[in-house]
Amino acid sequence: MAQTAPVAGSSATLSQADRIAALEKQNADNAALIAAAQTAGDNGWMLVSAALVLMMSGPGLALFYGGLVRKKNILGTMMQTFAMMAVITVLWAFVTYSLAFGEGNAFIGGLHNVFLRGVGLAPDVKYAATIPLQTFMVYQLMFAIITPALITGAFAERMKFSAMLVFMVLWALIVYSPMAHMVWGKGGFLNASLGGRFPCLDFAGGTVVHVTSGVSALVTALYLGKRLGYPKVPMPPHSVVLSFIGACLLWVGWFGFNAGSALSSGTLATSAFVATHFGAAAAAIGWSVAEWMRQGKPSALGAISGAVAGLVAITPASGFVTPMSALWIGLIAGVFCYFMVVKVKAAFGYDDSLDAFGVHGAGGTMGAILTGVFANSIVNPIFGAGKATGLLEGNWHQLLNQLIGVVIAWVLSIVGTLVILFIVDKLIGLRVSEDDEREGLDLSQHGEEGYDWAH
Amino acid sequence: MQKIEAVIQPSKLDAVKDALVEIGVEGMTITEARGHGRQKGHTEFYRGREYSVDLLPKVKLEIVVADEMLDKAILAITGAARTGTIGDGKIFISKIDEAIRIRNDERGEIAL
Repeated sequence: MAQTAPVAGSSATLSQADRIAALEKQNADNAALIAAAQTAGDNGWMLVSAALVLMMSGPGLALFYGGLVRKKNILGTMMQTFAMMAVITVLWAFVTYSLAFGEGNAFIGGLHNVFLRGVGLAPDVKYAATIPLQTFMVYQLMFAIITPALITGAFAERMKFSAMLVFMVLWALIVYSPMAHMVWGKGGFLNASLGGRFPCLDFAGGTVVHVTSGVSALVTALYLGKRLGYPKVPMPPHSVVLSFIGACLLWVGWFGFNAGSALSSGTLATSAFVATHFGAAAAAIGWSVAEWMRQGKPSALGAISGAVAGLVAITPASGFVTPMSALWIGLIAGVFCYFMVVKVKAAFGYDDSLDAFGVHGAGGTMGAILTGVFANSIVNPIFGAGKATGLLEGNWHQLLNQLIGVVIAWVLSIVGTLVILFIVDKLIGLRVSEDDEREGLDLSQHGEEGYDWAH
Repeated sequence: MQKIEAVIQPSKLDAVKDALVEIGVEGMTITEARGHGRQKGHTEFYRGREYSVDLLPKVKLEIVVADEMLDKAILAITGAARTGTIGDGKIFISKIDEAIRIRNDERGEIAL
């Protein structure tokens, strides 16, 4: 710019055309600077968000689940989540990113981006115009990691580590990738902003993450059968303290999960952040009050379980709803998930060991449907400024779209998971031997112990 | 010589220890223990599931005293450990034939 500044006394010699050219150049330079500043701001938040979402898996979820199992299974349980951090990452680079977010048909992406071909530092305008595509890719990867890790809560304390690895790789290919593509991928069947046939609102993964993992969890728990001795042998959590730390890390990490799903650091991120926090708080209260009334005491485990249920339910709705709606969604989720975990599980007798279905499947389904009720065009004019978004604004059709999204997620999860379980069962067997189960996963699967009291 | 084994509430350990030191008891052995008497434990709830916990955390305290110290020691323990509710614990007394100090082979009450 320096050389365009006219020297004093020579301005009279510049023609009007020269002056206009200089101004235009300055304008263009300014626009480039503004764009660079916005990219710096957005990218900073998105990298932090990606890190926050990884923290939800390890140590967040690993601690949350680890505290809920018996002592002899803590490392085995934590390793299941940690293995996702490694294995799903490599798989993502090889093929699943391409299947989820590459150009493809309405149901699954193609193979154009295998081995991250074409995934560079320039933005992909359709996904996120202001951040490098690699930031988008690595951010989405963190979701692909935690989703299968959530399932591990259903088969805790009884699945072979080797079978778990094969199961999860197939699950990422067969269930997660198509679901993520349908809801978030270009041209996806359910994509609300990139031309889907049935635009399903799912800001941060109510269907993609929580319904898929929760329903697959239920299927897995039913297929594997109960733990030895369940429900006669008492299997209380060995450390609610660890679970407490894990749940609080999940709460914080969830800001990256939901507010990060704005894929930018502007007002939408703030809206999602606020809704997330309010939903979690209201759900902690909802679960605690229900427990207090029915059992006479509000437990720490109940309060943190409620908060997680609220975070699950607000996940699809954050970025679409007002803070007051978030409070309602959270409150309903807290009470609803309490009854799913306490009453429904007991009534049907399945051993969803750590309540992956009761919290994520039930909370995710409920949240996805309520998103269609509470979505607000002032918070997020996704269908165009002033166009009714949710049921409360008069767009009853959105409720139908949400239901379609939920049903597809349920069906894909049930069918996909059953097929995968059958294959893995025939190939290597799913469950550890009875002796190994009695001994615990720490020793039988990993040859070590979480707690060594003797030294 | 007499051995006193007292199973008490963990929260009463410090008070009992202080009371024993005050009357001149010099050595003791403390074990963290679990158990129940007539109290029969309690129930806990985790996500609505009921678990009955019949082995409760207790502290077991073992001391060996000279015969003439016995009554004073018992009084010190009951005085400090009693809350008057179920679960306060028990005291067991038994005779000790011999005590030996490993450092210098001293025997009998002098070794206590």
